[in-house]
Amino acid sequence: MKELICITCPRGCHLSVDDNLNVTGNFCPRGAMYAKAELTHPVRMVTSTVAIASISECRLPVKTKEPVPKELIFPVMDEIRKTVVKVPVKIGDVVIKNVCGSGVDVISTKEIKE
Amino acid sequence: MINHRLVIIGGGSAGMAAAIKAYELGVRDILIIEKNAYLGGILNQCIHNGFGLHEFKEELTGPEFMTRFSKKVDELGISYALESNVLSISDDKVVTYSNAKDGLVEVKAEAIILTTGCYERNAGAIQIPGDRPSGIYTAGQAQLFANCYGYLVGKRVFILGSGDIGLIMARRMTLEGAKVLGVAELMPYSAGLNRNIVQCLKDYNIPLYLSHTVKKVTGESHLEKVTIAKVDEKMQFIEGTEIDFECDCLLLSVGLLPNVDLFNKLPLSLSKTRGAKVNQAMETEIPGIFSAGNVLHVHDLVDYVVEEAREAAVGAISYLNGELKHTGHIYDVNPGIGINYVVPQKVFLDDVKDSLSFKFRVAKPMKDINILITEGNNIIKKIFKPAIVPSEMEIVHLSKDLFKKESNEIKVYVEEKK
Repeated sequence: MKELICITCPRGCHLSVDDNLNVTGNFCPRGAMYAKAELTHPVRMVTSTVAIASISECRLPVKTKEPVPKELIFPVMDEIRKTVVKVPVKIGDVVIKNVCGSGVDVISTKEIKE
Repeated sequence: MINHRLVIIGGGSAGMAAAIKAYELGVRDILIIEKNAYLGGILNQCIHNGFGLHEFKEELTGPEFMTRFSKKVDELGISYALESNVLSISDDKVVTYSNAKDGLVEVKAEAIILTTGCYERNAGAIQIPGDRPSGIYTAGQAQLFANCYGYLVGKRVFILGSGDIGLIMARRMTLEGAKVLGVAELMPYSAGLNRNIVQCLKDYNIPLYLSHTVKKVTGESHLEKVTIAKVDEKMQFIEGTEIDFECDCLLLSVGLLPNVDLFNKLPLSLSKTRGAKVNQAMETEIPGIFSAGNVLHVHDLVDYVVEEAREAAVGAISYLNGELKHTGHIYDVNPGIGINYVVPQKVFLDDVKDSLSFKFRVAKPMKDINILITEGNNIIKKIFKPAIVPSEMEIVHLSKDLFKKESNEIKVYVEEKK
């Protein structure tokens, strides 16, 4: 039996997982998915900022579109640090395609017009 | 003097949500006054995800969440004054603000909603012993520098206080290449959400020192060393438990306080939340002046902030329509044993439509308890909670017919099982 705290949402459910990956204590189905992933191959969202050539803002906030494997967090940050984007940019625009071969894009989370 | 039916002070998530709700309920003559050059407030610097699970059933970052509201404000054509600082509110609802373009502007409002958010307790507020070097910031300041300007305020960082912003910044600064040496929390439990302990500290092996606080800061011009020590149950330092951390940055995440400065000159009393006392319509003691969001009481989720702001908008519209009578049966709502505060503090039962909600926080983490809501000696609601913590606000919705008008006091308290 393993005890986990679900990080899927701010509710923070206390989960118990048995050896056959049966999950209890979850308020919603996402808790079960989280617990299984956490014990087999943990993933995390990465949020950060990239440089932007803009007259109004210094940084553009970005996120991985989906969670990436935990061990890729720092390699993803290295790619984010190298990136400079141009205006205009909208929410959801791809900033880095298939970051670190993860199959996940890094996307913009803010609209910056100029 | 110009006139507006509804003036909303503060264009963050609460202000925008209130404005949109008021518009949807038929009021068109709305002005939002915002001090920054943009709407959205603090969410602009909260680039992490986790916002909007209740509101949009998906997990958004702060900028994404607030953009959905700011776009709606623009779509509806709700007017707002940016880079405008409100200087005063008078008790006859004249709002005075100034900006570089229009100079000093006086607005006569029929109703006002104050949504000015909260501010961070800083180094002065907690009187940290020792030197006064540079390198000490509140977590929110460090967040603004990192996320909006691209500056990292330190390379070897210690964090005092386990509030959510401190935990979020522990991860943020680690990702940006800083070494976060640890987080000290005065209380024997964390002030932040559980998920943030896991994903911001445990993921990066950052130690959390519970029942510890800063005993001394050392540094001639810039911060050189932070010394923490363990405290006993009376919050006194325990000799011999000191730990030194050589660092160039100390971040403080030691609590948020409602930003009620504009209410100071009005004949209003404050509640235990340090926000204004309000009734079930989120209306302060001055009829027609409302308050919602973090300026009323500090929330842990923006989703609840926007819900409360809508309640204030509904209240303001009822007031404008002459539906808030402030007559009939009145209740004082008080926190009892185990409860830190309850919002609202007053209920005018005749002004309640179908139901009302009480929001409260418990005083300490507890397990297997009942929350009791009483009217006089009668229990009108009993809710079992397997686990409850002060860092999570509780909301209870009650139908109007539960109230019997037999007493003038409603109490919310905790019953611990023996």
